Amino acid sequence: MLDREEILALLSEIKDPEIPVVTIEEMGMLRDVLISEKGCEVLLTPTYTGCPAMGIIEQDILSTLQEAGIENAKVTMVFAPAWTTDWMSESTKEKLIQFGIAAPVHSSCVNWLSPKNVEVSCPKCHSKNTKLVSQFGSTACKALYTCNDCQEPFDYFKCH
Amino acid sequence: MTKQEALYKYLLQLGDNALIQSHRLSEWCSKGPILEEDLALTNIALDYIGRAQNLLQYAGEVEGKGRTSDDLAYRRPEHQYYNNLIAEMPKGDFAYTIAKQLFISTFEFLLYTELCTSKDETLAAIAGKAIKEIRYHWTHSRDWCYRLGKGTAFSNDKLQQAINDLWMYTGEQFEMSDEEDMLCTEGVAYDNKALQSKWQEMVSNVLTASNIITPVSGYMQTGGRKGIHTENLGHILSEMQYLQRAYPDATW
Repeated sequence: MLDREEILALLSEIKDPEIPVVTIEEMGMLRDVLISEKGCEVLLTPTYTGCPAMGIIEQDILSTLQEAGIENAKVTMVFAPAWTTDWMSESTKEKLIQFGIAAPVHSSCVNWLSPKNVEVSCPKCHSKNTKLVSQFGSTACKALYTCNDCQEPFDYFKCH
Repeated sequence: MTKQEALYKYLLQLGDNALIQSHRLSEWCSKGPILEEDLALTNIALDYIGRAQNLLQYAGEVEGKGRTSDDLAYRRPEHQYYNNLIAEMPKGDFAYTIAKQLFISTFEFLLYTELCTSKDETLAAIAGKAIKEIRYHWTHSRDWCYRLGKGTAFSNDKLQQAINDLWMYTGEQFEMSDEEDMLCTEGVAYDNKALQSKWQEMVSNVLTASNIITPVSGYMQTGGRKGIHTENLGHILSEMQYLQRAYPDATW
């Protein structure tokens, strides 16, 4: 059987089904792998509580492990510590921008009472002259913005 | 009553509020006044369904009879639901939904902030996750109160009407049951009564800034937490539980 590091490396290849340029490891969802005589337990943390991608990710994890010959596997959801976009690395954020999604700013920069004051750059023209259209976008984790300079409507990955 | 029974009941109450609220918001799907609002209300519904799932799953574990979150959602009749009556009130027009959201999300913001430090680790973890989402719900309802209240005479009137109509359903949120009193002394639950003055202050601040008059409190409706509901809940469940009632144990 594969050891913990090998399993983590294997699972780190799984892409986020809604943002296929980043992996679940880069998103900070893949927390750990525990190996015991009963089998392999994967600790996963949800981004948003109702995120419908979680079910797909769970299936992807189980089928990846099955292909590697690991039958006794299960996925356990852990809630604490609560997922935060601060776990994304700079290179992950860069991948989001290349994909057309503005990357989250650090949570310490955001006053949640006035989200309109967050400085969000357009992923196309990099202008900071952008406008919040709605705090709720195409998925639970994104907000809708428009660039006032190039007129591009775009998604912003909300700081969470 | 054991601590386990009290916790089970408390989790059902929290979970039922989230589940029923989610169902009501989901009724806006494809009917939002603008596309962005359609997305916003259904995104909020998604947060609620996720929270309900976590709370009901944990309730099932605490009960220890092998019931899943689905069993608890789809196989309990009205009188075993413990949500506050305000959650089951119809979605109404857009102003009515916004007024509901303001009252509920303000309460939840205060309650879940406290539950983050509950001595029950699982509840604290669920609350820690939920509070981040509740902040979005609260700012959403606050900003729409501003826009409707300070928009036209028509939108102001609609919002004022909704606030007046729903006011008598807000008092129930601050009631305490025997179970909650017990859990409160254990540091698991929080005293709802202690949240009332802060709630009143937060709500009136938003309403005043929206040119809306805060109603004077009088008679308050009650019953939901004891399983005594308005007729609305029966209609919700007959739709939500239809499949499991018609085809028990149906799977995809």
